[in-house]
Amino acid sequence: MLGRSLREVSAALKQGQITPTELCQKCLSLIKKTKFLNAYITVSEEVALKQAEESEKRYKNGQSLGDLDGIPIAVKDNFSTSGIETTCASNMLKGYIPPYNATVVQKLLDQGALLMGKTNLDEFAMGSGSTDGVFGPVKNPWSYSKQYREKRKQNPHSENEDSDWLITGGSSGGSAAAVSAFTCYAALGSDTGGSTRNPAAHCGLVGFKPSYGLVSRHGLIPLVNSMDVPGILTRCVDDAAIVLGALAGPDPRDSTTVHEPINKPFMLPSLADVSKLCIGIPKFQFCILTFCYKEYLVPELSSEVQSLWSKAADLFESEGAKVIEVSLPHTSYSIVCYHVLCTSEVASNMARFDGLQYGHRCDIDVSTEAMYAATRREGFNDVVRGRILSGNFFLLKENYENYFVKAQKVRRLIANDFVNAFNSGVDVLLTPTTLSEAVPYLEFIKEDNRTRSAQDDIFTQAVNMAGLPAVSIPVALSNQGLPIGLQFIGRAFCDQQLLTVAKWFEKQVQFPVIQLQELMDDCSAVLENEKLASVSLKQ
Amino acid sequence: MAAPMLRWGCRGRRWAFARVDGGSCHRRGAPTGSTSNQIRGESSVAQQPLHTAQKTRKGEHKWAAVVGLEIHAQISSNSKLFSGSQVRFSAPPNSLVSFFDASLPGTLPVLNRRCVEAAVMTGLALNCHINKKSLFDRKHYFYADLPKQSQVIPKTVRIKQIQLEQDSGKSLHDNLRSQTLIDLNRAGVGLLEVVLEPDMSCGEEAATAVRELQLILQALGTSQANMAEGQLRVDANISVHHPGEPLGVRTEVKNLNSIRFLAKAIDYEIQRQINELENGGEILNETRSFHHKLGCTMSMRDKEGKQDYRFMPEPNLPPLVLYDATSLPAGADPQQVINIDQIRETLPELPSVTREKLVQQYGMLLEHSFTLLNEVGLLEFFQNVIKETRAEPKKVTSWVLNTFLGYLKQQNLAVSESPVTPSALAELLDLLDSRTISSSAAKQVFEELWKREGKTPGQIVSEKQLELMQDQGALEQLCHSVMEAHPQVVMDVKNRNPRAINKLIGLVRKATQSRADPVMIKEILEKKLSL
Repeated sequence: MLGRSLREVSAALKQGQITPTELCQKCLSLIKKTKFLNAYITVSEEVALKQAEESEKRYKNGQSLGDLDGIPIAVKDNFSTSGIETTCASNMLKGYIPPYNATVVQKLLDQGALLMGKTNLDEFAMGSGSTDGVFGPVKNPWSYSKQYREKRKQNPHSENEDSDWLITGGSSGGSAAAVSAFTCYAALGSDTGGSTRNPAAHCGLVGFKPSYGLVSRHGLIPLVNSMDVPGILTRCVDDAAIVLGALAGPDPRDSTTVHEPINKPFMLPSLADVSKLCIGIPKFQFCILTFCYKEYLVPELSSEVQSLWSKAADLFESEGAKVIEVSLPHTSYSIVCYHVLCTSEVASNMARFDGLQYGHRCDIDVSTEAMYAATRREGFNDVVRGRILSGNFFLLKENYENYFVKAQKVRRLIANDFVNAFNSGVDVLLTPTTLSEAVPYLEFIKEDNRTRSAQDDIFTQAVNMAGLPAVSIPVALSNQGLPIGLQFIGRAFCDQQLLTVAKWFEKQVQFPVIQLQELMDDCSAVLENEKLASVSLKQ
Repeated sequence: MAAPMLRWGCRGRRWAFARVDGGSCHRRGAPTGSTSNQIRGESSVAQQPLHTAQKTRKGEHKWAAVVGLEIHAQISSNSKLFSGSQVRFSAPPNSLVSFFDASLPGTLPVLNRRCVEAAVMTGLALNCHINKKSLFDRKHYFYADLPKQSQVIPKTVRIKQIQLEQDSGKSLHDNLRSQTLIDLNRAGVGLLEVVLEPDMSCGEEAATAVRELQLILQALGTSQANMAEGQLRVDANISVHHPGEPLGVRTEVKNLNSIRFLAKAIDYEIQRQINELENGGEILNETRSFHHKLGCTMSMRDKEGKQDYRFMPEPNLPPLVLYDATSLPAGADPQQVINIDQIRETLPELPSVTREKLVQQYGMLLEHSFTLLNEVGLLEFFQNVIKETRAEPKKVTSWVLNTFLGYLKQQNLAVSESPVTPSALAELLDLLDSRTISSSAAKQVFEELWKREGKTPGQIVSEKQLELMQDQGALEQLCHSVMEAHPQVVMDVKNRNPRAINKLIGLVRKATQSRADPVMIKEILEKKLSL
């Protein structure tokens, strides 16, 4: 039952094959078994069981609220949840219990979904590994999959197999791990530069970033207001569409949501024929990438990803779609531009954390200024403080023109690149999601957060600059037995069309299901080895 | 600084709205919006001068003072600028605080339509150019910006810009327990920031300009503009220089909360700067506060030094687009758009027009019309008296402005606290007009009325027998008796001493207990003395 898709389990609930409480308990028990993954910061067991009970009553009375009624979901810990601690994986918000629900959370609850808990992330969503939160890194369930382990055994150089567990990617790594390990059927992430799509690609999931303005940000603790969107992580495209259907729409509490009428529910037709489609393959992206990031010694796009990308393009072509190369000349500046805009908004948004109204406050009471300084030093990690510092630098009067204004102009050029591509007749763009499959944690932390974020967001970031919808679809396993994802990018507010194409593609590639049987049966062995992992963590 | 801990985050933001100067607000170019190109601050100069009194500054000829003002007026609205919390004065601390006002993470601003309309209305009333497209800016501090240096035009004050901003909360420092208590009730209340160009040169001019703005805001209903309740707060930028030389270093005197203190503080600060410079000292570019008990300004010793507000566009609010009759899209939902022309139609009569009407209608002096409008409730009082009395408007003006206002001032009362009602004064003036009583008797009646004994002027007149003597025979008899009793004075009159007749008139009036008309007495006396 746990391995099924949201749509399947929803049908099972309706047919009474399983009750919401049984489903909830199964998920809770799996959450406990997979605790070592560190996917959850808070498990809201009582809340979930109570919700399940209510859902069960509704099913008994034949008053189901819809596809999401009784479905276990998880929410990234940067969405406000009324009465449930919301930490952003930061000391600053440890113990902070919001008095309100984010609009997206409220909408899921209104549809009868069961909130299993709050998932782990990089502190304030600043990172691409889910390794930089105060609660420790998230482990990729694929580290323990049969597919990966068998490949490792074949490799004679394989070292201690439990100490080189893999990262999930990030920053919504907890949500990705939670869905990937079957502890829930869908999870909310957030996506500012790729934070939903990146861990989806590493964890073999569908990671969807809706158009900016389609889904409310009210209650999402901001990273970059002008780029943040709530993201959706599921095991298949149809599931993502169901969740999107529940979330999309204008919100009077978020003035940036649009009032365009949307087709509801988001039913995705099964595309029989792609011959009328035009798929754009950005041609410069990779060349510029090597040029641009030589100084960071960025590993190049892995040949496996490159080859899968080409195969995917060929697949569309062979099925009759028009596949053309498109030029996105300014996207190469996206990361640099993003750095300026992101840190500037971070500097501004983080100003509210002063220890006065909520969250962490230090004991120093010499002066208000001293209290601020110490509170923020204790509350934020180096990554957050570093971004605040750079952001304030870019916003200084003497720097504003040279950095912020220029970055805004480049952002416009990047957005225009996409507009031009779509105006030339392209329906969706096809790119890789990440440079390679997930890497081991010990490998990942050899580079600092900033370098990693710059590398890992390379294919995903420009989309946020332009506010477009994009989705990462798992395509195949690498030679190491790890998932690789490709990204589809659609026209603004053509989310449904994008997902329809993605659904067709998903059906063609038949991505294998993660085999965690060994893990489930033998979790005690894994738990014993957890000590080893945490020792290495501190190195 | 009013609320030092609130300087971070949203409560310190400033929202550019409408301005009448050309160019951009923050002395930098127009940033490109995230998804569309916006033009910021593109506007033409057209402003309504605020009239200030024509007073020459006493004292220094060598020095010229330059005064500019930044006025923050709380918008009169039911809810705050970006949240649904109520706006109310003197509510229990922190009882009017929404999640947004408390800056809870994840909350977003939602613009209050009423506040935008109030800003548009005020802009229209002041003849400002209203930007059709406005972008919201975040400011990371709440100190005001430098005003532009510009030429001084005597007796008119130009308006540089009007902006929509959020008010801050209040903090209360408990030094004994080294604690700071914070009240966020006021945090997020809509503010209109009106920047007046440095066209003033003394406290009184500044006071007059503020008073005029206060009257306009009150007439519009866009702000209650009550300074005592903090609904109107003024910061003054002050410098002195020798005419013809570059402007001097400026100080900012903050949080002036009454018009009287405003004038005092500015004059004190001008004199302080002059003294400082004449004694070889220098003026620091600093923030000062006015100590109203000591009557002097003092440095606030701002530890922060010069602030960089790190402005950036507010990403959570789309550009605000205002429409007029020509640009209004067809079929637009009136609830979703703001139509400038529609607001223009609802503009009430402005004080300058009211004054002009008073001058024309009642033939009063312009300065009298100023006084009538400047005292809260006085114009209404005046108009009610006019309505009920047959007396000449000039007579009414004189009684209201001299006698009535004089009594009020003497006892420090507001018009609303007056013991004399408009009807009572009207009745009194009728008695005077019909020559039932003399003007001196009228003054006596007024004094009686002031005692709040609940009597009408008519009752007072008859009780005190203040009616003018109308009986010619009796008056002639009285004159005769007086002449007989004072032969020496009669002799003086006959010897052509011009003052002597007045003495006789006085004696007769005294004998009548001032009830006789002196003109009548004079006529009788002259006849009897065959002059």
